Amino acid sequence: MSDLRDLYQEVILDHNRSPRNFGRLEDADLHADGHNPLCGDKLSITLKLAGDRVADLRFEGSGCAISKASASLMTEGVKGRTLDELRGLFDRFHRLVTDQGAAADEAELGKLAVFAGVRDYPARVKCAILAWHTLRAAVDDRHEVVSTE
Amino acid sequence: MSSVTASEPAVLDVARIRGQFPLLAQTVGGKPLAYLDNAATTQKPQPVLDTLARYYAAGNANIHRGVYALSQEATEAYEGARGKVAAFLNAAEPAEIVFTRNATEGINLVAQTFGRSRLGPGDEVVVSGMEHHSNIVPWQLVCEEKGARLRAAPFSDAGELLVDELEALLGPRTRLVSIVHMSNSLGTVNPVRRVVELAHRQGIPVLVDGAQAAYHMPVDVQAIGCDFYVVTGHKLYGPTGIGALYGRRALLEAMPPYQGGGDMIASVTFERTTWNELPHRFEAGTPHIAGAIGLGAAVDFITGVGFDAIVAHERRLLAYATEALTAVPGLRLVGTAADKASILSFVLEGVHPHDIGTIVDAEGVAIRTGHHCTQPVMDRLGVPATARASLAMYNTTEEVDQLVAALARVRELFG
Ligand SMILES: Cc1ncc(COP(=O)(O)O)c(C=O)c1O
Repeated sequence: MSDLRDLYQEVILDHNRSPRNFGRLEDADLHADGHNPLCGDKLSITLKLAGDRVADLRFEGSGCAISKASASLMTEGVKGRTLDELRGLFDRFHRLVTDQGAAADEAELGKLAVFAGVRDYPARVKCAILAWHTLRAAVDDRHEVVSTE
Repeated sequence: MSSVTASEPAVLDVARIRGQFPLLAQTVGGKPLAYLDNAATTQKPQPVLDTLARYYAAGNANIHRGVYALSQEATEAYEGARGKVAAFLNAAEPAEIVFTRNATEGINLVAQTFGRSRLGPGDEVVVSGMEHHSNIVPWQLVCEEKGARLRAAPFSDAGELLVDELEALLGPRTRLVSIVHMSNSLGTVNPVRRVVELAHRQGIPVLVDGAQAAYHMPVDVQAIGCDFYVVTGHKLYGPTGIGALYGRRALLEAMPPYQGGGDMIASVTFERTTWNELPHRFEAGTPHIAGAIGLGAAVDFITGVGFDAIVAHERRLLAYATEALTAVPGLRLVGTAADKASILSFVLEGVHPHDIGTIVDAEGVAIRTGHHCTQPVMDRLGVPATARASLAMYNTTEEVDQLVAALARVRELFG
């Protein structure tokens, strides 16, 4: 089961069991909904800004362990960051889960690096990336439902 | 598990059957493959593979046009396959079988010809709530175009069609009932004879989607009494890219053409074109000749094994799997109709189906997870998705055990 443990790291299982920043901000400045029709994952993100920094954010929805943990860890990872930093993080995370040679970026990703295992499971990349696409849509102020299909 | 009774007509030699499916012998990451995604597509037996290879190696020519021997032989093989499919479904004559790409195309053909010519504003098409998207979307398209309405008959929590409610939907505006014979996400086998009876009482034609049913049980379109029946080759142990539409002659004859081109015409001038006779009118252009011949070999294979043996084997296996899965802690079967076949949809408490799929795959078990192209079914039952194991004639109790053991791994990982 060693291979599977690379994917389902303890941190991921923990965030799946008890997701952080779960819920909805009533006075949000930005929001977006995401949907992965293949697995039925649904996600909604609300976000509050202070200047161009993320003051607070929440996510809610249902999904597999990878998508839930990814959303949970993402909310922790981007809180306090500027919107520009957030876009850079999006790109780095995208590379982490899709690109075999992306190891160099892991340090800057901090805890988010636990998702490196996803790249060996191409069918699961969309699960890991859904929250990020949804966040991207929120900060770019696009309000159509984001779909990873 | 139910025991084998002496009255059971035929015993399937599973080892011998498996020997004819080369793909099943492989391993996945060192584990034997347990292929339990037959509702998505079935594997292909050697006789089908040989037929395809032989056709391309020694029999390839275009059909219905050459005067030379090779073309005539290809034509005979193609039309022979039509005859085999006609016999397999017990159509009254081969001309009632139209070759299509798959079940989806069969439904679209009926929607775009029969549907388009018969539907007007305020008319209705009735389906059930457990349809595959391929028996929903083609009707939505034509209904939208014609100002007609698509209505869906509900099903119970167990996944059984509410026949009375379906009947209540039928009326003077109903132009067609289109219903799935066997649900791909619930396993429910619908009482299609009864549905046909109710619809015909009001003069309403019925299409039956047999994509799932046709490899699990004998289909007799005349006994069912339906007006259209669609099947798909790749779920009949045959090639991809080939399917068939059965249509009663009187209806097919009254239908306008589907696509225009060669082979579907009798004569063409720039002023006027006349249509070819049935079924060629609905087969424009060079068809999937090899696929049709391969499908002929596939139905020969099924008939050779025999539905008596197939049904008895799959029933035992379903009973075994139902009991084994029910015993898994936290597992709930989705779809528990009294009349069901060979499909086990389930959810596991606290674990998303997608995670189940990935973990059991690491144990060599191939199952499907998701909505199975039946989103309305998921919405009705309030689950975002299910995991689905689907059985075929070559599956074994050992493979079911392998699935159950793999589910124990899921528990181990997710606690
Ligand atoms: C009940 C049912 N109808 C229709 C289809 C569509 O079959 P195809 O994709 O071969 O056209 C399927 C296949 O999944 C099915 O299960």
